[in-house]
Amino acid sequence: MRTLAGLGLCLLATSSPAREPVRAQQAQSDYVYLSPALRTLQDDEFANPGMLWVDRGAQLWSEAAGPAGQSCQSCHGVASVSMRSAATRYPAWVPAMGRVINLEQQINRCRVARLKLTALDYESQDLLALTAYLSRQATGLPVAVRIDGPAAASFERGREFFYQRRGQLNLSCASCHEQHAGSRLGAETIPQGQINGFPVYRELWQTLGSTHRMFAWCNEAVRAEPYQPGSQAYVDLELFERWRGAGLRIETPAVRR
Amino acid sequence: MPNSRIKVPEQAKVGEQVEIRALIMHPMENGFNFDSQGTTIPVHIITDFVCAYDGAEVLRVQLQPGLSANPYFSFYLTATRTGPVDFTWTDQDGTITTNSAMLQVA
Repeated sequence: MRTLAGLGLCLLATSSPAREPVRAQQAQSDYVYLSPALRTLQDDEFANPGMLWVDRGAQLWSEAAGPAGQSCQSCHGVASVSMRSAATRYPAWVPAMGRVINLEQQINRCRVARLKLTALDYESQDLLALTAYLSRQATGLPVAVRIDGPAAASFERGREFFYQRRGQLNLSCASCHEQHAGSRLGAETIPQGQINGFPVYRELWQTLGSTHRMFAWCNEAVRAEPYQPGSQAYVDLELFERWRGAGLRIETPAVRR
Repeated sequence: MPNSRIKVPEQAKVGEQVEIRALIMHPMENGFNFDSQGTTIPVHIITDFVCAYDGAEVLRVQLQPGLSANPYFSFYLTATRTGPVDFTWTDQDGTITTNSAMLQVA
């Protein structure tokens, strides 16, 4: 009965976007659905392959580049201090941009404005490395994004995206990750699809991947046309997803199947 | 030069078995993958991994296309004398990546 009532609530919440947001489920990191072998790999600070990108990110952080001859560190100082909690707050509303942007876009914004460099391509190794490095600084801190004020519209669009059925399979994100989290799909356990470990090292990809690559992958899996990584639709969804997993601890770089 | 991570204990006793770990960032393309245009991605792998302890080779591995990306090795070394532990990865194109750490033996 309780599940039914919960389902009813979530349906109500979808049909009237103006309603106060209600979380449909108790947030759980996707870590709990991992096999013991992958958990061990993620917890091993040396062998976790994602740490290769974190190392690269540390280099990029401190290495002077571009015509300005400056590095990220020139302004921000030591990342473990100044960037300790930065990753927990993104995506966030940035008044100068007039929209909600995510961590990747903030890094690029800084690169272009301060370092006078060109923006890194979305999903490029260097952008992944910097994102992973910054997210790594926030390890263990709870995700805490703001969805009120100017970010509210973005949040609403993200929530609509999450509950919108799409693709030939006619599934929404919620169809699997909310209503069937923990159930089996073939040999796999369906996770909640929380993004507190991103960028993640995914076994399937054999490399680090961003939240947006995962969204695109998932959209393709339900035979829907994916959006571009870095598109506003995905940033909005990322904001909603972060809110959905608010309180979960950052565990970048996570290892996933 | 690709990123690599190595772990060598700083100190060891004579005769002690110490765990050595090495990890490198590499796609290890096996030649069976396609890009978004349907073109085959050519084979791109590391072919050799060598570990030397105080100048003498202690481990040599030949890698094949079947290995997954970012190859990781972990093995044990008997500590006999103070010396550098050198790691060398050789790419099929001849790109050489090196990393090194000092092992203090007392």
